Formats: sequence, structure tokens, C-alpha cells
Amino acid sequence: MLKTETFTLNMGPQHPSTHGVLQVVLELDGETVVQAIPNMGYLHRGIEKLAESRTYAQFIPYTDRLDYVSSMGNNLGYCQTVEKMMDIKVPERAEYLRIIMTELNRIASHLIFMGSLAIDLGASTGMMFGFRSRERILDLFDMVCGARQTYTYIRFGGVSADIPSEFIPALERFLTDFPAMLDEYHRLLTGNEILYHRLKNTGVISAQRAVEIGLTGPALRASGVDYDIRKVEPYGIYDRFDFSVPLGQVGDCWDRYTIRMEEMKQSAGIVAQALSQMPEGTVMASVPKVVKPPAGEVYHSIENPRGELGYYIVSNGGTNPYRLHVRRPSFINLQVLNEACQGLLIGDVVAILATLDSLMGEVDC
Amino acid sequence: MEVTKREMQEEQDNELLQKNIILTSLDTLLKWARSNSLWPLSSGLACCAIEMMSAAAARFDLSRFGYEVFRASPRQADLLIVAGTLTWAMAGPLKRLYEQMPEPKYVIAMGSCANSGGPFADSYSVVPGVDKILPVDVYIPGCPPRPEALIHGMLELKRKIKNPQVARGKS
Repeated sequence: MLKTETFTLNMGPQHPSTHGVLQVVLELDGETVVQAIPNMGYLHRGIEKLAESRTYAQFIPYTDRLDYVSSMGNNLGYCQTVEKMMDIKVPERAEYLRIIMTELNRIASHLIFMGSLAIDLGASTGMMFGFRSRERILDLFDMVCGARQTYTYIRFGGVSADIPSEFIPALERFLTDFPAMLDEYHRLLTGNEILYHRLKNTGVISAQRAVEIGLTGPALRASGVDYDIRKVEPYGIYDRFDFSVPLGQVGDCWDRYTIRMEEMKQSAGIVAQALSQMPEGTVMASVPKVVKPPAGEVYHSIENPRGELGYYIVSNGGTNPYRLHVRRPSFINLQVLNEACQGLLIGDVVAILATLDSLMGEVDC
Repeated sequence: MEVTKREMQEEQDNELLQKNIILTSLDTLLKWARSNSLWPLSSGLACCAIEMMSAAAARFDLSRFGYEVFRASPRQADLLIVAGTLTWAMAGPLKRLYEQMPEPKYVIAMGSCANSGGPFADSYSVVPGVDKILPVDVYIPGCPPRPEALIHGMLELKRKIKNPQVARGKS
């Protein structure tokens, strides 16, 4: 009898498809994956510890750098947590602006997902298209806060500034063009036979396992579990909008891809609704200059493009958080990697990593 | 009008140019070639990597300058763009990547974190400036720098490669 041995292959920390500095230790039997252990920590910056030596307001810019392709969502989650502690009421117009910005950021984030999935599977054109359309959204963010990526636009009690006059026409133009852009991606990628065969029935995660591990966001909904915090526990003013939560059936890479594409469409719908309902008024509540939440602890979570982003803050009544913990969806979603990869080929690991869409800034924190 | 030596030289050069001959030193030729086709290593560490990708994508189109050939292997690259926060855990692998690159090689520190540690300068796990472990040629400020800033940084590197005397100290 011939006896074969497995061997170990390191994928990363410098690898173009690991989306940053993730190391995956692959145990291979020929080309079949026996185990894929994610080894993280290469981008651990100690943000939770730094929070303890920063004031509450000083920590907002750090949230930008957690999940750095959907910074608006991170700002929103943190600010709403502190507002919950201090019982601050946010003006109506600011609530609508927050929705518009976070949903636009969701589209921008999913466009990056689409682009990086395409380039990971060898279609570099897909990346060009994703980044091209994302620039349209970044231009809008640039108008309101002057930054392309790290915004710190959402603050305690509202947003940092009202929108300039050229913002609404530009946003309307974007919303008019967006369906055609989405059609283009569907023709380019969704209708592509190679992409279909690479993704279909690859990396299946059953609904039960997904819930057990604690997956959230598109990775969970691809398995058919209807859980979207915007619906089950609406924060802000999400209960005022009419949108649907796309669900997958199998929980494979293909479902994770298609429901993200569908989510972009829904987000554009939410932005259009918010734009038509948005009232005039102030964008900032009166918030004390020195933010000192009362002693106690609070947990608040929002639906970020990657899943449930939660902030847990313990306050002792001082100007700095006593302890701050971030529930990062990327980190928890990555735990499923080993199970999803077992028995597949090396090339499929790349597809699974891309569709889990974990971002190292958020994984390592 | 007196014909200067320089004008005579230029006339002679033009004559040679008509015959498709250019006279130069080999050093200048190599510098010209190197500075116009840098091959960056596609190594993104954090947020700045997204801006680096934007710079290479359709709108900013880094390939206008001949710098779009992002290589996945350090052995084929001659430019290391340190794009993002460098932690002590990643310092070893990054240094090894740099050592694997063939000479001549250049380093660009992109963004506040790579320059000085940025907002994480006082963290226990972050290298306060990539120049603690690597020789840096060009620093690009910003958190993150816009793609225009990255392109400007690469053009500054081009200037530096072409005229090494600008980088040399006064003494």
C-alpha cells in the first residue's frame, strides 16, 4: 500500500488574495485542503486599549480605521452607542443624512467586494469596474466631509456639517445611473460561466452551522437565515423605509455573491426614499463639549456591510471609556473558514475568503 | 554672432539624432529606464492599500506613468510601497520581503502610520514609523493619502532616481 502524507503550505501574510495581512496555514493532501487555519494578528493595533486613553470624541476617528471600506457605518455604530448612554436625541435631518451616508457606504463596500472577488478569481476587469463606480460615491462623501475614506462625518448628536448645495443633484445623478451600472456588472460577472462554476456549490455553510458559529450579515443570510438588524431591531429611523432583505438558499459562495449584488439595489432604494422624505432643519443636537456618559455599560449593534457591528462600552462616569469592546463581524465570520474549505481545492480557498469578505483592519482591530 | 561650444554640441547631437543615434552615459540611461518603469510590490497592510488600489484603477490610472505593474512576488519588484499600519508582528515578514527584492530597490512610506505610527503611535503593537526597520526614500503624508498624493510621491521618487544628487546631504 502506498502511504501519502499531508503537507503544510503558508498562504500569506503577504498574498494578494488574503485582503491584507492574513496568514492561512493550509494542510494539503495533494491539492485538496485538509485544514485551513487562519492565523491573524498581523494588523493588531490595540485599538480597544487605545480607546481607554482617549476621550469619547477622540475615539471616533479610530472607528474609521476598523472596517476601512465602510467607515460611515462604524461611525454610526459608535456614535449611537454613546448617544444611547447619554440619552441624546438626534435631529430628524441628521437621522436622514446618516441613513443616506451609511447606505451609500454599503454600496461602496459591496462594490469593493465585487471588484476584489473578480480579481481574486482572475478577472481583473471586474476590479476596474467596481472601483470606477465607487469613485462616484467617494466624490459625494468628499463633498460633505472632505475625505475619501476616513470620514468621521457622523458625530455625537448628529453629523459634522450639513450637505452642500451641489450634493443633492450629484446624488440624484448617481441614483439615476446606478441601475445601469448594476446591469453592466450582472452582464459582466453574474452571467459569466466561469464565475458561476467557481462559486456554485463551493464553500457551503449550512444554516444551522452559520447560526452556531455566529455568522452575521450577508454570510449568514446566504445560508437562508433571515436576520438583518435593520429589520429585527431597527436602529435610527430604519423602520420608516420599505426594503427587502435578500436571502440565499444553499449558503455557497454563489449565494453570498448574489445577495450582495441584490443588497446594493435595496440600498439604492433606501437612499432614494430617504432623499425624498428628508426634512429641513438642524443637523446637530446640543451636546455638551465634554462628553461624560453616566456610569454603566451599554451594548448597541448595527448592520454593517459585513454583519453585526456592535460596540460595548463600560463607563465609570469619566471622560474616557473605562473599557471599550468592538464586536467585529469580519473577525467572527472568519471562524467558518476552516469548515468551509475542507475537502475543496486550493483555488476554492481564495473564492471562500473573497466571499466571506473579511477585512483585516476589522479582524485584528 | 559667436557660436558657443554648447550650440556646436547641440548641432552635432541633432545630426546624430537624425541617424537615430543618441549619445549618453550608461548610468543616465539606466536611471532613465529605472525611473520610468517602477514595478511595485502589491503588498497592502491596511487602509492605505485601498487608496493604492484606487490609484491603480481606472480613474487615477497609475499606468499613465508606467508604474502599474503590481507584482505579487518580491523577486520581480523594485519598489516597496508600505501602505498602512505596520505592526511589530508584521515587521519581520515585511523586512524579509524587502530583503528578497533585487537591487536597486526603493521604499515609499505611504500614510501617517508608515511615516510615524500615525494615530496608533502610542500603541504597544505598532512600529512608530517604518523607517525604524527599512530605509525609506519618499514619505507621503495623509491618513490615508489621496491617490493623487501617491502619484505625486511616485513622481518624486522618479526625480530622486534620475538625480541622486538631490537626495545627497549638503556635506
